[in-house]
Amino acid sequence: MSATTIPDSSVAHEAPRPRRELRVPHGGWRVIAAKELGDDLLSVRFIVLLIVLGLAAIIPLYSAADQIRQHASSAKDVLPAVFLALFTLGSPDYTFLRVDSFVAIIAPLLGLAFAFDAINGERSEGTLPRLLAQPIYRDDVINGKFAAGLAVIGVVLLAIVGIVSGFGIFRLGITPAPEEILRLVAWILVTFVYVGLWLAFGLLLSVVFRRAATSALIGFGVWFLFTTFGPLILDIAAKAVSPVTGSTVPEQIGQLQTQQFISRLLPGQLYSEVTAVLLNPQNNPQAILPGSLGQVQQAQQQIPTLLAFDQSILLVWPQVVVLVAMTVACFALAYVAFMRQEVRA
Amino acid sequence: MSGVEAADPPETELPVAAPPEDVPGGPEPVIRTRRLTKKYGDLVAVNKLDLAIYPGEVFGLLGQNGAGKTTTILMLLGLSEPTSGEASVMGLDPAWEPREVKRRVGYLPDAVGFYGGLTGRQNLRYTARLNGLRRAEAETAIDEVLEQVGLTSRANDPVEQYSRGMRQRLGIADALVKSPDLLILDEPTTSIDPLGVVEILELLRRLVNDRGLSIMLSSHLLSQVQSVCDRIGIFNAGRMIGIGTVDQLAAQFGDGTAVIEVGLELPTATDVERAASTLLAIPSVETVEAPTDGSGTWRIHVRPVGVEGRVRKDILLAAVSQGLGLTALRPVVPSLDEIYRTAIERPVVKKTGVKRRGSRRPAGERRPE
Repeated sequence: MSATTIPDSSVAHEAPRPRRELRVPHGGWRVIAAKELGDDLLSVRFIVLLIVLGLAAIIPLYSAADQIRQHASSAKDVLPAVFLALFTLGSPDYTFLRVDSFVAIIAPLLGLAFAFDAINGERSEGTLPRLLAQPIYRDDVINGKFAAGLAVIGVVLLAIVGIVSGFGIFRLGITPAPEEILRLVAWILVTFVYVGLWLAFGLLLSVVFRRAATSALIGFGVWFLFTTFGPLILDIAAKAVSPVTGSTVPEQIGQLQTQQFISRLLPGQLYSEVTAVLLNPQNNPQAILPGSLGQVQQAQQQIPTLLAFDQSILLVWPQVVVLVAMTVACFALAYVAFMRQEVRA
Repeated sequence: MSGVEAADPPETELPVAAPPEDVPGGPEPVIRTRRLTKKYGDLVAVNKLDLAIYPGEVFGLLGQNGAGKTTTILMLLGLSEPTSGEASVMGLDPAWEPREVKRRVGYLPDAVGFYGGLTGRQNLRYTARLNGLRRAEAETAIDEVLEQVGLTSRANDPVEQYSRGMRQRLGIADALVKSPDLLILDEPTTSIDPLGVVEILELLRRLVNDRGLSIMLSSHLLSQVQSVCDRIGIFNAGRMIGIGTVDQLAAQFGDGTAVIEVGLELPTATDVERAASTLLAIPSVETVEAPTDGSGTWRIHVRPVGVEGRVRKDILLAAVSQGLGLTALRPVVPSLDEIYRTAIERPVVKKTGVKRRGSRRPAGERRPE
């Protein structure tokens, strides 16, 4: 028995019958992430997700292709970022039928779909105590699940971008300029962060609520509220808090800025601003509302030019930072809640 | 430690099992707790628990639901933090080194669950990977434990298709796959049919004999605990109120008598009287209970317990010589059920002045004079 195998210093062996199994594994989160990934890839929701996103990528592509041909032939110099237009152009009748806005709508759903039952699902299946009785850190569970969710969604996102790009390159004969590739990569990274935010939110719900159905309902309810009524509510709130009553332009701009600040409390708003700038080099500071009086004047005098990549990044940096901060905060909340929870229900 | 003990309020009136004494030079206990306490707000789930379990031992933790069994187990595994006191498992403190403890201890949770979509083997593989077993050694270990619990033929079926008993056995396999030194089983026989229970208990016995590991199991099913455990601790309202072998517990909590059941066919009332006087005349027989339900089964109380065998022989001889129609003669084993009942009732009957949650004693009886 191990009680009798305590290493005796008088024994000259290099490893004097080591106390058996001192090898406590590290990186339990990787094992958990690998298992979750395997589960996710075979799950129904993943297949549904593939179908929905596949359609989301292909339908807009056809209308985008038409427009790109027209634009490209008529005004070659005004629309040089043709490749990116694959993602931002769509049917003129249905504005949401564009790859970028579809991703903006679907990303939160993805995050929620892969996280809403992460912890409470284990709980209701009775696997959580068994899992936590293995030699892992408790946070390995939540880290592993987060990593697996992000990986699955990442694979799908990359696949979509790949399909759209491939279509553009081979069917339309548009090749991306290096800068366009950079913009695309940056956009994908920000989309990861945005998905991560909703993933972390879903995790939080799955820790807090004991039933998967409850957390799903609340998660999708919040998403619905944010996307449909969020702008409206914040608009009303902004106008109530800071009505534009000033008589001078600087006053008005100050009040507008306050309104804008309030509207940016919505992560969706932040994300769409980032998307607009990153995927459309023509967008200058005007695209996301003027920051100062000087910028307004500048914008009025501007001749339509393309923004350099680093300038675009500079423009959306605050938004990106806030998105990252929101994600981290959400994850931290889920983390703390999980660590403090009793193992037993 | 002594400073802490001195500060405690005088609650010693409660019949709490004496703290275990280490035999000098004896084996080091695999589990040892000292005044382990867990409180949830005002509720004291585990109250100053002192416990020692030794290598190669099957220890039964017996108590009603909510007596603090699971809480104790969670603290031993480092899954729950003790409010005060200390525990040591395999010489490690679970509060500080939970992963080292969990690497060495196999745990079968109450109402164990598995990933239904995965096969039994895949579920075990996941556990093996989490324990850092390499691929080859994991497969060997999985084959071995599946064989031991008798699930080899169903190993590649999804767990969804398993019966409750098979899941429970898979749970034991899951606890064994890391080759633990100690097995902690929380209600291993709950909701399993009687045949399955026998199977599982036999399996546990075999494991102790073959692998030489120690087992701590909790249960509220007394007869099962009795049949498989070397020692038993009776838990009530967070306290260990009795600890020892069944015989020791019987001596501690029993009334000091043994019971013999005698079946007699007695057609007339005079026969009945004759039988009663004959039985009472046998030395060491304390009382004789005539049958009240027409079954013809008499209950004879013998004091002291040790002479029960001799008394049985005397009854047989007397019945033959007196011409009583003897149909049955059997000793009634001191049942853990009775011990348990007396054990958890005793503090209630004897106690004064100590607040006890869930006490069945009406308020008016608080001060018996």
